[in-house]
Amino acid sequence: MSSIKVSTTINGDPTEYVCEADETLLDVLRNRLGLTGAKEGCSTGDCGACSVTIDGRLTCSCLVLGAEMDGAEIGTIEGMASGEKLHPLQKKFIEHAALQCGICTPGFLIAAKSLLDHNPKPTETEVRFALAGNLCRCTGYDKIVRAVMDTAAEMRRA
Amino acid sequence: MRYERPTTLQAASQLLAKEKGSAYVLAGGTDLLVRLRTGFIEPDLIVDIKRIASTRTIAKTATGFKIGAAVSGAELGENAALKKAWPGVVEAANLIGSKQVQGRATMTGNLCNASPAADSVPALVAAAAKVVIAGPKGKRTIPVEQVPVGPGKTSLKKGEIIEAILLPKRPARSGDAYLRFIPRTEMDIAVVGVGVSLTLDAKGIVTAARVSLGAVAPTVLLVPAAAKAIIGTKLDAKALDALAAAASAACKPIDDKRGTKDYRIKVAGVLAKRAAKIAQQRAGGK
Repeated sequence: MSSIKVSTTINGDPTEYVCEADETLLDVLRNRLGLTGAKEGCSTGDCGACSVTIDGRLTCSCLVLGAEMDGAEIGTIEGMASGEKLHPLQKKFIEHAALQCGICTPGFLIAAKSLLDHNPKPTETEVRFALAGNLCRCTGYDKIVRAVMDTAAEMRRA
Repeated sequence: MRYERPTTLQAASQLLAKEKGSAYVLAGGTDLLVRLRTGFIEPDLIVDIKRIASTRTIAKTATGFKIGAAVSGAELGENAALKKAWPGVVEAANLIGSKQVQGRATMTGNLCNASPAADSVPALVAAAAKVVIAGPKGKRTIPVEQVPVGPGKTSLKKGEIIEAILLPKRPARSGDAYLRFIPRTEMDIAVVGVGVSLTLDAKGIVTAARVSLGAVAPTVLLVPAAAKAIIGTKLDAKALDALAAAASAACKPIDDKRGTKDYRIKVAGVLAKRAAKIAQQRAGGK
């Protein structure tokens, strides 16, 4: 197997890595770069725990090969807060207790941010559809949806 | 496994043609990666076609639209001109999977995955879409319905790649629609899917129509008898009943965990009526 050299940008930082042809972006992030925020849930694109953005588009990193990322801009949960300052979504998730075990949370936050970036005033139905690719097996969805709606309202006021 | 990322169709075609082991084309990867990771396939070669410029664009041409094979569902949904001309095709493609999947999944991949339940395929068949295939002997163009030949099987030969899907130009007063039945609100596989495309005359009479069914046979079906049932009518109750009967009669479904044969046959008729009414409204009729 020949290793592939990839130059990319992750959370704004130029990043280079070497990976095998069959490694997913999720494998690369977690095992080679130490970015363990994206989680492996199902590995089949159903649970959304591995959500990242690639060139601004929400994607499951388990469904992408690391080798495909040459020249791409990747956004992960590690880039969401600015230093110690949490993103409004992160604050609201804590405020609303929109998590229990936390495995799904990075994926929900990335997906919710992607929604609010495109639609600052979503309806509850829009939030639920936008987050349908993220599964939570403990909290359920109500608190998550409320946290996202509340964040949207607060960000509009700001 | 080797990973190659050619920048021309010729190079991609040559890589696939020369490979002695198993070779797969990668565009969105939302089906391929699942099969790869679950060990269902063990490729010797993956050919990523996303660096081939013509696979990445939606072009409005003199004869309609040319949609590159690597264009994602999200990109389709953001193209206002395409949505206006072919709302049924775009809504069908956008029903596939989650937002995450939409960010990557392509209609060409949906077609080449050759699932009988593929959501975008009945809409493409109803739309009389064609595909441009590039291969070792040059390019050829065939109707979409000739690509899948059975579950998971296509008519593409070794070394051939679909470059783009062609959608024809719309005559005035035309509309299309795709409806599927699933037991949930989304993130599910069609129990039955129906695509309808039609054109009306100034009086609201259907002058041309195509009806296509998904998930009721080994491949997506084009049902000329269902189209015939509504051509020359204003989609009155009698015509709609005839449409439903023709759609149901064309079904050759199986019983599985998603639905029984009888249920699929019944639902195909019901959805055909509803999709035809939506297409009629979109064409400006009543």
